[in-house]
Amino acid sequence: MINYVYQLVAPGTFSVKYEEAQFESQVIIKPRYMSICHADQRYYTGQRERSILDRKLPMALIHECCGEVLFDPSGKLKSGEEVVLIPNVPGEHSDIILENYAKGAGFLSSGRDGFLREFISLPEDRLVRHEGIPQKLAAITEFVSVAAHSIRRFDCISHGIRNRIGVWGDGSLSFIVANLLKQAYPGSEIIVIGKNPGKLSYFTFADETILRDELPAQFEIDHAFECCGGDGSYYAIEDIINHINPQGTVMLMGVSENRVAVNTRDVLEKGLAVIGSSRSGRADFEQAVSWMKNERFQRRLDMIIFEDEKVSSVEDIHRAFRMDRNTPFKTVFEWGL
Amino acid sequence: MIFGGILAGGIGSRMNMADMPKQFLNLGDKPMVVHTLEKFLLCPKIEQIYIGVHPNWVLHMEDLVNKFINIRKDCVHIVSGGGDRNVTIMNIVDAVERDYGESEEHYIITHDSVRPFVTSRIINDNIDTVLSHNICDTVIAATDTIVVSEDGNMISDIPVRSKMYQGQTPQSFQVNLLKKLYRALGEEEKAVLTDACKIAVVQNEPVYLVKGEPSNLKITTVSDYKVAQAMVGGKVVD
Repeated sequence: MINYVYQLVAPGTFSVKYEEAQFESQVIIKPRYMSICHADQRYYTGQRERSILDRKLPMALIHECCGEVLFDPSGKLKSGEEVVLIPNVPGEHSDIILENYAKGAGFLSSGRDGFLREFISLPEDRLVRHEGIPQKLAAITEFVSVAAHSIRRFDCISHGIRNRIGVWGDGSLSFIVANLLKQAYPGSEIIVIGKNPGKLSYFTFADETILRDELPAQFEIDHAFECCGGDGSYYAIEDIINHINPQGTVMLMGVSENRVAVNTRDVLEKGLAVIGSSRSGRADFEQAVSWMKNERFQRRLDMIIFEDEKVSSVEDIHRAFRMDRNTPFKTVFEWGL
Repeated sequence: MIFGGILAGGIGSRMNMADMPKQFLNLGDKPMVVHTLEKFLLCPKIEQIYIGVHPNWVLHMEDLVNKFINIRKDCVHIVSGGGDRNVTIMNIVDAVERDYGESEEHYIITHDSVRPFVTSRIINDNIDTVLSHNICDTVIAATDTIVVSEDGNMISDIPVRSKMYQGQTPQSFQVNLLKKLYRALGEEEKAVLTDACKIAVVQNEPVYLVKGEPSNLKITTVSDYKVAQAMVGGKVVD
């Protein structure tokens, strides 16, 4: 079978690679819904460094996707079952190091083709059933799993005083992290710190929302999640170090293209744990799916999802990427190619 | 039910590069007809697939299915083709009705075996359109100016390009309607009307358009074959 792979060959330019697909040993999936991540936009708009673009392109974008099983040679999955696709390619197996950090780990849509393809083949263990979750929502499971992953690590690492947890950022990641924190720690106060009053107004479930410019000097938190990335990382980390209580845990989740200066004097003085959290593994996908089966959470997710028109041509892919830049949160679309 | 009808009855006379009919030549590591068949097998809405093959090549096709096809193999049926395209389609229709009976709910998506670059989008658009409109044809807008010449020496007409399309496949039909239209033709007309959709057009039966793709090319000549091999990054076998 000749598979169509929609590769980004240069910023803003897609080209079709006709790939002779060998599907003998893997599950064949028809992608149904996809979602655009900031990382995809950084490639699409050429915000990555030239040397990175030269090394990684041509490449199919998109790593947030759900689809339908067409054939599983192992027989574990049935044709027609709806699944979420895990873009992680596990590295060296270890009982201690998690699959998304292990040496040799890869990621589809970072140096390897992502999910913008006519058909996808993956090993059976890279698929998680999402029965009970509408496809439009299931498309962002990877994104939810990244939040689930950070909370899982936070739970293992942070000390037990969790009265007040601060979440920096007012975007989609912050929305999901803050919401899951509220579910995971119902006794904790969740405070969201952002820059945009309009976006912060969506965070009605949080105990408090504060504009960054209006943070009171005496503001205190026990732990913090940084969900800003980009230029906002510096300011968020600066605020967190200023306002966090001693021995707090700082979860860094936002990606920044530039190096970020950190006030290490206060990190040392307060004895902070600064933890990087990136991507997710199968266990996090399963946790995410379990959370997403909750109808209340589904209604929350619905608020931050904009469903664009179905994508049935390369022009439509461009349209979805343009649309995503003009929507405040997540853009999903049905895949018709 | 929705059936696939893959037309692989050709004997390769235009290729002049091998004795083997072109649909059996390798594209990459597999014969073209296998690529085409796999695309249809990966469309869950198509329940059964019939391949029309020249009688001399039926056993060869059976071998290819056994060797290469590992999904939904029991949905694949091989039918001995007729002298021309429409006879092959009608042989497939007969086989469908022998196996599944007559029904107003039977639809068939017919496709050239030598168009292995067909996409699931095109197949699904054919299914949606044939279910609502009974007959559809896959086309792309003409990019070159089309010139008509009655005698092959001089231009007799240059039609407005924006109204010109190039026909591809799939061509899809409600089975009973196709049978009715074909049976209404005289033997002479049957010999002349080699395009299945034209059978409908000449009888004023509406045929709806489905957008094809320039990449859904028909591999007919040696240069087509070279282009197709280059597209999949395969070696050209001369």
